[in-house]
Amino acid sequence: MDILLVLLTIIMTAATPLLLAALGEMVTERSGVLNLGVEGMMVMGAVAGFGGAYATGNPWIGVLASIVAGMFMSLLFGFLTLTLLANQVATGLALTLLGLGLSALLGESFVGQPGVKLPSLGGIDPLVPFALFMVFAVGKFLFGTKMGLVIRAVGNSHTSAHALGYNVIGVRYVAVLFGGAMSGLAGGYLSIVYTPQWVENMTAGRGWIALALVVFASWLPFRILAGAYLFGTISILSFVLQAQGSGIPSQFLSSLPYLGTILALVVISGNKALTRRNTPASLGQPFVPDR
Amino acid sequence: MTKYLMAAATAALMLGAASASASADALKACWVYVGPIGDFGWSYQHHQGLEAVKKEFGDKVETAYAENVTEADSEKTFERFAREGCKIIYGTSFGFMEPMLKVAKKFPDVKFEHATGYKTADNLGTYNAKFHEGRYVIGQIAAKMSKTGTAGYIVSFPIPEVVAGINAFMLGAQSVNPDFKVKIVWANTWFDPAKEADAAKVLLSQGADILVQHTDSTAPLQVAQEQGKFGFGQASDQIKFAPKAQLTAIVDNWAPHYVRSVQAVLDGSWKPAQVWDGMAEGTVSMAPFTNLPDDVVKMAAETSDAIKTGKLNPFKGPVTKQDGTVVDAVDDGMILGMNWYVKGVDDKLPQ
Repeated sequence: MDILLVLLTIIMTAATPLLLAALGEMVTERSGVLNLGVEGMMVMGAVAGFGGAYATGNPWIGVLASIVAGMFMSLLFGFLTLTLLANQVATGLALTLLGLGLSALLGESFVGQPGVKLPSLGGIDPLVPFALFMVFAVGKFLFGTKMGLVIRAVGNSHTSAHALGYNVIGVRYVAVLFGGAMSGLAGGYLSIVYTPQWVENMTAGRGWIALALVVFASWLPFRILAGAYLFGTISILSFVLQAQGSGIPSQFLSSLPYLGTILALVVISGNKALTRRNTPASLGQPFVPDR
Repeated sequence: MTKYLMAAATAALMLGAASASASADALKACWVYVGPIGDFGWSYQHHQGLEAVKKEFGDKVETAYAENVTEADSEKTFERFAREGCKIIYGTSFGFMEPMLKVAKKFPDVKFEHATGYKTADNLGTYNAKFHEGRYVIGQIAAKMSKTGTAGYIVSFPIPEVVAGINAFMLGAQSVNPDFKVKIVWANTWFDPAKEADAAKVLLSQGADILVQHTDSTAPLQVAQEQGKFGFGQASDQIKFAPKAQLTAIVDNWAPHYVRSVQAVLDGSWKPAQVWDGMAEGTVSMAPFTNLPDDVVKMAAETSDAIKTGKLNPFKGPVTKQDGTVVDAVDDGMILGMNWYVKGVDDKLPQ
């Protein structure tokens, strides 16, 4: 029992950054904007979070800094794609490259310095329950409030929403900024909670996994929760199997989280009508008002 | 007036000649790193070697380096350095092997040295370190310090250097406790702090109480520190990250080799060699023994000294393989191509 509890804590820690980033990206995509720069926003969140905590000695300031850094990156993305109407896919990829390079530059003096860790409350990192709370909050917001309905309307048919008098670009800016804040926080989680240190490229591809989770979860918050926790569970169990000397090839075990999560989510997305209903119809399309 | 002008011109010429001869005298030595010098590990340690060369030779040697050079970009970089007048060029990644061979052929007057490779040419040598000697020492320490008699070992990829490290660790541990156990987790990455931390936490939950790593981040040590367990630093002294958990670290120290090599180029005695140095030459050294009782420090220091003086060879036969066959003598070639476990390792080697 005791060991199961320990493993559960490890799994929750592993799943939380994915969950945070994927939830944010889901809201962004629900408004019709495809931001492929999650990895770049995350890694900037990680360097800013480390820097904020390191400079002030207060990890909560680090958390705040990571959110601000993610929002700053997403604002840049929003300005390029929403105001200047640049291609979203290309801009998102560029955002990732920019984030990786810029964070390496900014973090040069942090390398080799131990960080400040966010204290845990009763053995649990405060951000773990926060991420779970956000699943409910985002679900409630998107499907139970008028503002949520507006975001989904903008994502499904921006021309109709515009005709009804909604400020499409304004709504999208808000959704993009929320995505940036959550990605930044996910990055900060890595450098303040998970492993309190800063090194180049420390997100190691987690932003891409979060992006994939959103699609395979059909843009539904509880499926994102299931996907992130499943991914965490399989990756931790593959380590457990190795540690117990199961003799299963480690390369196979390493690929298992990806295979298992995709397989499971594809199976639960078997309901085609539901998937179609939840795919934002205007995803990735630029909006030019008044034509 | 003309006289003054003539004198000034002569002085200028002499000064010019003097400075030209000074720069012609200075030997240019150049380094190409695969990572950032701020990685606090592999590339950082090589850069420390460059600093040592600067300090040792002063004006006699001019240095230059390029960091973050990918394998795809390396050929360009080596060629640029060769054109810029570097007389000796060091490449510090296994993946630079083919590009270096190619550029070495084009510039027969420039000398090249490739770290961790195995291909040589008339003007291309290799150098590597016997990291496994340090692993033997930490194996002994682990066996002394572990209460559960089990270590958790986080590894990157099944290449000979890593496998030889596991074997040397186990041989060291078994010399103290014949029943010592090791749990092995392949992270399949050199560098992913979060993943390494996960592996470390899982290993500790599975009964290991001491962590060993052959991956490059400080994450496993931080986990050990947090949970009140012990671990060992990798590539450089990482005591800052785990002041209560690091027992020692295997430190790569390339400075002695670089100093010797540059000296040889200066003397004109440089030859392409396959250098494989260890503790005796100072290329592999142990960080201060910390958080250990006196008797264990004494044992570790004695073992290190015995390896240094050549009295002890971690792979001195007979060595029993995992499948039960006995190897009477393990030679250098077998270590450099190691693809089998010694007896007592409870893992199946990925092929």
